[in-house]
Order: sequence, then structure tokens, then C-alpha cells
Amino acid sequence: MFGKVIGRRLIFSAFILLAVSLLVFGATLLLPGDAARAILGQQATPERIAALNEQLGLDMPAWQRYFSWLGGLFVGDFGTSSASGGPVADLLGERIGASFILMAVAAVISVPLGIGLGVYQALHRGKRRDQAMTGASLVLAAMPEFVIGIALIAIFATSVFQILPAVTLAPPGDPVWHRPEQLVLPTVTLVLVVTPYIVRMMRATMIEVLDSGYVEMARLKGVPEKRVILRHAVPHALGPVAQVIAIQLAWLAGGVVVVEFLFRYPGLGQALIDAVTYRDVQVVQAISMLVAAVYVVVNLLADVVGILTNPKLRSAA
Amino acid sequence: MSTTKTHTVRHDHANEPNEKIVLRVTDLAVVTNAGDEILHGVDFALSRGEILGLVGESGSGKTTAGLACMGHFREGLKFGSGSVSIWPRGDETAVEVVDLDEVAVRSLRGSRIAYIPQDPALSLNPAMRVGEQIREVLDIHGFGSSERERAERVAAVLVDVGLPGDRAYQKRWPHQLSGGQQQRIGIAMAFAMFPDVLILDEPTTGLDVSTQAVVLDTIRQMTVANNVAGLYITHDLAVIKDISDRVAVMLRGDLVEEGPVSAVLERPQHEYTKMLMAAVPDLAGRKTIGYGAASLEDVERESDASSEAGTKDGSKGAPTHILVSAGEASGAANSAKAEDRTSTSADASLLEVRDLELAYGKAQILNGINLALEPGECTMLLGESGSGKTTLSQCVAGLNDDYSGSVRLRGTELARSTRKRTNDQRVGIQYVFQSPFSSLNPRRSIGQSLSVPLEMSGEGTAATRKATVEEALDSVRLGRSFYHRRPGDLSGGERQRAAIARALVNAPSVMVCDEITSALDVSVQASIVALLRSLREERQLAMLFVTHNIALSRHIADNLAVLNKGTIVDYGPTSSVLENPSHEYTRSLIADVPKF
Repeated sequence: MFGKVIGRRLIFSAFILLAVSLLVFGATLLLPGDAARAILGQQATPERIAALNEQLGLDMPAWQRYFSWLGGLFVGDFGTSSASGGPVADLLGERIGASFILMAVAAVISVPLGIGLGVYQALHRGKRRDQAMTGASLVLAAMPEFVIGIALIAIFATSVFQILPAVTLAPPGDPVWHRPEQLVLPTVTLVLVVTPYIVRMMRATMIEVLDSGYVEMARLKGVPEKRVILRHAVPHALGPVAQVIAIQLAWLAGGVVVVEFLFRYPGLGQALIDAVTYRDVQVVQAISMLVAAVYVVVNLLADVVGILTNPKLRSAA
Repeated sequence: MSTTKTHTVRHDHANEPNEKIVLRVTDLAVVTNAGDEILHGVDFALSRGEILGLVGESGSGKTTAGLACMGHFREGLKFGSGSVSIWPRGDETAVEVVDLDEVAVRSLRGSRIAYIPQDPALSLNPAMRVGEQIREVLDIHGFGSSERERAERVAAVLVDVGLPGDRAYQKRWPHQLSGGQQQRIGIAMAFAMFPDVLILDEPTTGLDVSTQAVVLDTIRQMTVANNVAGLYITHDLAVIKDISDRVAVMLRGDLVEEGPVSAVLERPQHEYTKMLMAAVPDLAGRKTIGYGAASLEDVERESDASSEAGTKDGSKGAPTHILVSAGEASGAANSAKAEDRTSTSADASLLEVRDLELAYGKAQILNGINLALEPGECTMLLGESGSGKTTLSQCVAGLNDDYSGSVRLRGTELARSTRKRTNDQRVGIQYVFQSPFSSLNPRRSIGQSLSVPLEMSGEGTAATRKATVEEALDSVRLGRSFYHRRPGDLSGGERQRAAIARALVNAPSVMVCDEITSALDVSVQASIVALLRSLREERQLAMLFVTHNIALSRHIADNLAVLNKGTIVDYGPTSSVLENPSHEYTRSLIADVPKF
């Protein structure tokens, strides 16, 4: 039964991705400018432009191009980058790895941190430390990621201390994780952006759960406080928080653009900015689809967590 | 706040120290974090094999007292003074619960003192299998010596409470059990460790009569079989009579009377106990509940005023009497109007429901319902939760338009949805909701809320609307002074009166009352029932009174319709249905009512 629910969600997700692919393709059609002219420059002769258009397949009708692009996606062929001339997959391979490292480290730190701090605050609600932490998380949540990033650079890389690199200076071909110190500031920025939301949501749901009858009942059964929190309270608070975490993780996929730009980090975000600048339509499409896929997958995961923590959903499905 | 202790009327000396006593509460005071006293020095004792019933209205401090016995104080409350002593099985010396540290208190809870909560649906962890939740108690308190012994105990205690003890049943989730089964899981959990003391906090309030009877039976048997001392907290005197040996009556944090059930209930000494007794509806209908309801509230207020002299409560009581006559005068005028109206449509019933059916997919909710209502008549629609009684009343009021069949008002068939009904038709049928706490907008004053129906029907000017609202407030015995007050300042009973006044402002001919007394205490319920009775007489108002409480039937209804799984199984004049029930279901309902 559980598998059936997940299966249904998977099929639904596939349809969402299909719809996204239509939107992405449609949007790139509407982009002003001409790819061939962008590549060849203003002095290009009409013959050369026509030849390049034919070479890129741009002379075919739009629907035909859509289906050949879509077909390529299924076999991992993202097309050819018009800027570099090489396959998009080769161009992005390394970038995906770099961005993934950044996101994964940020997620691995911020999710447990957010849940832990939220539980801590809920247990000490109304006290001074709870109020202080609520204030701090509000301030952080209100600040855009580039402000946090610039502030961190000012404090740790330039004006105050000079202990960490402000930008990533990895030579091409050298993976970013060979110099871990370069990862610190971008990761911390992402963690500071993502964690406050998780903390606030966890605090709110945890307070609700702590007031519930079954938590009081567990205490009146003589269950030790630690077990009351971990066994009776936290699992119930996780369901709603999983949704917030999913949105935050999905945001990471798109939000890295700004942070990567700020730290000159050679990830997907940088690639996207470059691709837009050079009218590299194939790369823009590929990255958009990747980000959409991340959104769909993390939301699917959140639904799975929601179902797992709620036996009513598990057995009613 | 006053700290003077009220004298408790005691019918015997069972509270004096003796060897049967397992738990003894002496001069217990509980205060809020702000320093206000909630319990003003309460004394009672629980004896082995006996159940002490603790009765009182909501807010009187019953649950606070019960939880204090376990050394537990809810958020915002703390221990004031006094003592709670417990003699655990086999021990000569008493343990002071309130002096123990956290670890020691925890080892008592669930093993020596067990708690059975009010709402099993909320108190069982929805993400833990039921067997596991019972097992947890045994694991924590180290029952027996082996895993196997504990597993056997879980199975045995499940069988004791009348549930199957097998593995498959233990693997169920709470939501897969009915309300009665959930409560029996709660009882099994409480008895798992063979406790000495049991605190039962209204364990049957959320259950319907038939289930309540089964659960009470289980509790009774288990208490006797395990020789446990029980504290049964409830506001329902009928249940007390059914289950407990002794009873203690609580009023605003004081114990006012205590003694054996028969003595206290048959010869109540304290004013408040007498009032409570007078307010309990009886199936036989021998007494008139809510007779002189105003004076009942006054006595409460007086006792309140004496303890909190100079607070605003003292002034609240006054308008009730003065304005009754004004309300009656307007009521008489209205009833004259109503008679005019009825004379125009001679033969058709005021309200007629014919062949009403409703189904959601395959689930048939209502099945061929036929009802008729004449002016000034009250029909009680009786059913358990899930019988479709609220759905039916919503169909009548036009709040649910998924039905087939017809609803006629004075012979004219009504459109299904209120939106399509004419203004006169909408005004003709008014609805009062179950919970007065959620049916009034907390941000609007009572006057504003009550003006809305008049604004909607577009009648009169602002001045006449205000006059009409004030008149309605008078006729529900609230008084004009409530016009500018907000729901938050009102008690539950006052709010429900305001909600009734809202239904009255447009002078309806039919009022649908959906469980309007279920959320209220018995004495407040009695005063509302008295109010409805006089409104019927004054205004020739027809009423559809929806409830699950069969004991109210003779006190309010001329006709009784018993709804079971969407079908009316018994329908006729109240006395004939009660005396000669034709359907098996009605008979079992009548048999399950706690006799009083």
C-alpha cells in the first residue's frame, strides 16, 4: 500500500517534470536574440548564420526541436553547448559535482542544527534564551543571502580577520574539495540562510506537540523526559517540518546561484550566469531542468517522511 | 484572592486516618505562576477497593487536584502548600509525593499511581502501536524479570479489559480502534503495573451512552479485581452514582461536601450540591430541570461574591431579574404575531421533511428521513456520533445541499441551498451551533454579532436593529448590558445564550439546536433548557433539538426521533417512545442510561 502511494507520487512527479520541460523550452523560444548571431558576432554574414542555424538544428520547427531535446534528456544527452561547442553534459559534469558538494554539506549541517535548535527553544519557551534565539533567527531570516555572504567576507576574509579565502580560486580541472577552506564561507552562508526557517518551524510544531495529550500521558506514565522528547514528541513534529526542509533544500538548488556568484564558486549557478550571458540556450535549459528535478525529488522525499511519521497516512493509503 | 478555607460538609469519618487509606491529600493548595490560588486547601482520602467521585463544573479545579496527586502540575501552575501522601502496596510508611525529586516521582507514576485521561483519541500516541504503548509502561518500570514475562503481561491486561490480547491486535495503531476500544487501551495501560491508585479524568465524557456503559463496567471490575483506590473526576452526577462509592463535590477550588454516594446525593447538605442535583436531567422526567435557573446562577454568584468581594461578578447577577419582565412582554407580542402567521396556512405543517436522503459516494449518510414540526413544538433528534444527526439538521437549515428529497416550510418546498432560498425562508429557519466558544466571532462585540442576521435580511434602520438585538438579549435573560461585551468576557452558558439570541433576532418560526448543551456543565445545561422551554411558550417557536443525551428528552421534547446509522428507527411522542420503544436500538439506548 505504501509502495502504491509512492508509485503514484512518482508518476505525478514525472508529469510535473514534463510540464516544466515544456515551460523551459517555451521560455527559451521567447528569449530575445539569436543564438547564431550571438556566437558569430555582429559582423557575421547571413550565409554563415544560416549555416550555423542548420548545424544547430535551429531551422527545424519548434515542436520537432522540443521532442529531439526531450528525447536527448532521457538518454542523458543534454545537447551541444553553442558557446563552447562541446556536449553540455561534459561542461556541467564537474559543475554539478561542485554545487552538489556545497548543497550537501549545507544540508547536512543545517537540518540537524535547525531541528535541534527548534527542539531546544520549544523546551525553553518563553524564557530569555528562547526569546534571544527567536530574535536572532528572525534577523537572519530577514537578511538576503548576499548580505550575509558579504558580511561574512568582511569579517573572515578581508576587513577584520584574514583567515579564509574570499573567493574560490581553483584551477580548472582541480575539484573544489581539494581545498576545503574555500568551501567554508559559501557553506556557512547557505547554512545561515536555511537554518532559521527550520528552527522557527520546528519550534512551532514542537510546542504544539509538547502541549498534546499523548505527551502529558507519556509523562504521567513515568516515561523519562529524554524519551518523552525523542520517542513521543519529536517524531510528530518532524512531519510538518519535513515540508519546510524540502522547500529550503529546493531553494538551495536555485539559491546557490547568488552565493556561487558572490564567492566565484565554480558550480551550477556560475554556469547558469555564464550561459545566459553567452546565450547558451542548451545549457540554460539543462540547468533549469536539473533545478526543477531537485525541487521535485526533495518534495517527494518530504512526502515520504510525512507518510512515514504518520501511521494514519501510512495505513489509510 | 481569598485564602480562607471553606468548611467541607462531611457525612462520615472515612477521612480520618485508617489502614484502608492508600492516598491522602491534606490541605492541598495549588497556585498559578502569577500567584493566584486555584485550589484553596483541599482534603480527601482514597481507600483501597473504593472509588471516590470528584464532581464539579469545568474550571472548579477537579483535574488540577487529580494531577496534583501524581505530583504533576500543568503549564502555568505550581504546588502551593499542603501534602499528598501515598502508602504504596505493602509499605508501612507514607511517601510524600510533592516532596519527591523528579526521578522518584517518575518511578511512582504509571506504576503506583496511574492516570486514565479524558480523551483517549488525544492521549494515545498516534505514531505508536497500541501494544507497544502498554509495553512501554512495563519496560520503564522494570516489570518482571524477562522480555517474555512483559509480553505475557501485555496480552493478559488486554484480555482483562475485554480486548483481544493477540499479537495482531497489539500491532494496531490507535486510529484503527473505536473510541471505546481506545479508552480500554488507556485502562489497560493504567492497570498494567498493578497500581495502588488510579486517577480517572472524565474517561467517558467523549463516548456515547452505550460505549460509556461498557467502559464504566470495565473500570468498576478492574478496580475491584485489583483492589485499587480510584479517584473518578467528572461533571456527570449520573455517572458518579453508577460507579463510585464516595463522592466529593468541588466548587471553585474548594471541597464543599464529601461522603458516601447515597448520603450525599440523597441528602445533600451544601447549597451547591443541592443545585447540582436539581440540574441533572432524569430520563423519567420526574423533576423540572432548570426551574428557577436564574436563582441557581445567583447562588453561584453570591458564593463567588462572598469569596471575591468587590469583583465585577457581583454586578453580573443583577440585570437577570429586572429584565425578565421586559423580555416576556416582547415575547408575548411575538407569539401573537406567530399565531397570525400560522392561521394563514391551515393544514400544512410548519416544517416538513420528506424522503430526505444523502450519500457520499457509497456511504449512505441519511436514509429516507420523514419529520414534521408544528408551531411551538419541539422534536428531539437523538443519535450517537456518526448517526447523521448533524448532517440532517444542516440539510434542514440549507447548510448542506447534497441531499435529495424535500424540506418544506409552511407547505412550500425550500431550495436545497440557503443561497437559493428567499429571505423569508432563510429567516424562518435559524441554526444554533454546538460550541458557543467557536460560533461567536471573538473580535466582535455581542451586539455586532447579533446585528449581522438583521443586516443580512436588510430590515430596519441601525436604530431599530439595535432595539431588536437588545430585545433578543433580554429574552435570553442576558440583558442589554451585554450589547458591548465580547465573547471572551462571557462564560460558556452566557455565550450560548448570546448564540440563541442571534438565532432569535429575526423572529424565526423554526430553530435548529445542534447539540447546544453538550459543551456545557449540567447546571448551565439546565438553565439553557429552561430558557428554551420558555421561548417556546412565549414565541410559539418550533424546535429541532439535536442531541445524544436521551436523558434530556422528557425535559424538552414533545416528540422524539431516534436516528441510527442514518435511519429514523423510532419516532413519536416522547413518552410513548420511551415507554414502548419499538426498535432494538432505542431499547438498548434507554437501558444504557445511567440510572439516576
